Amino acid sequence: MELSLATRTVAEHTVLEVGGEVDVYTAPRLRERLIELVDAGARDVVVDLERVEFLDSTGLGVLVGALKRLRTAQGTFGLVCAKEPLLKIFRITALDQVFPIFPTVEAATERTGSGPAS
Amino acid sequence: MATVRLSFSPAPVHVRTARLVGVAVARRAGVDEGLLDEVRLAIGEACTRAVALHRQYGLADLVTVEMSDSGSYTVRVIDHAPIEASIGLTKLPPDELAAESLTEDALTTGVGFALLAGFVDDLQVRPVEDGPGTEVRMVWPVTRR
Repeated sequence: MELSLATRTVAEHTVLEVGGEVDVYTAPRLRERLIELVDAGARDVVVDLERVEFLDSTGLGVLVGALKRLRTAQGTFGLVCAKEPLLKIFRITALDQVFPIFPTVEAATERTGSGPAS
Repeated sequence: MATVRLSFSPAPVHVRTARLVGVAVARRAGVDEGLLDEVRLAIGEACTRAVALHRQYGLADLVTVEMSDSGSYTVRVIDHAPIEASIGLTKLPPDELAAESLTEDALTTGVGFALLAGFVDDLQVRPVEDGPGTEVRMVWPVTRR
């Protein structure tokens, strides 16, 4: 499935819902969207990966780039992911120690606003 | 033994095709359904790496993916970039992953290798036998025929 991107606001957080396949071909669109959001002033960003069917190293690189960008801008960045295959990818790459990962959007918007992304 | 060989121009759009073919052949070969997500990811990572190297060196040569099912399911992804480009394939420690000094390309390369090493028990990265290039060889067990 092609990449899909949709933005909504939840409790003063910008939630980017990502769906489909995030790979070397589609990741540049995700990168552009995240840069647009930060440039437009979003500071508390949550990326919802629940509808992602495939995620590779290029997509992970884009997410780390967004985390760094928001850290520089004194913002927060969190991921929503409860799918075991995706969680395994974060564990294998040790990126589970880099990203705040939440099981639901509600949990992410409650907790990532409490301090700068780390 | 059955072999399927796919060659493609080094463009990101074709990596998905390689993944789809690789998983279809794996399923046909009898790789356990529970391993197919890992097969898909690993083939994608190996092809992404090959495409990135060809683009980095301005090579129009085709990237080749060869799949065979002789007792096990073996996938070879072959690039034609200078061999020294493969040096430095290392897994990054967690404290370096979000370091400001690490470029996105370097991070992607390190993470890609971590995924290959993490998902493929039988993984070899070696020079191709003739000419420049590297072969990433991945083997998965076949449970039914």
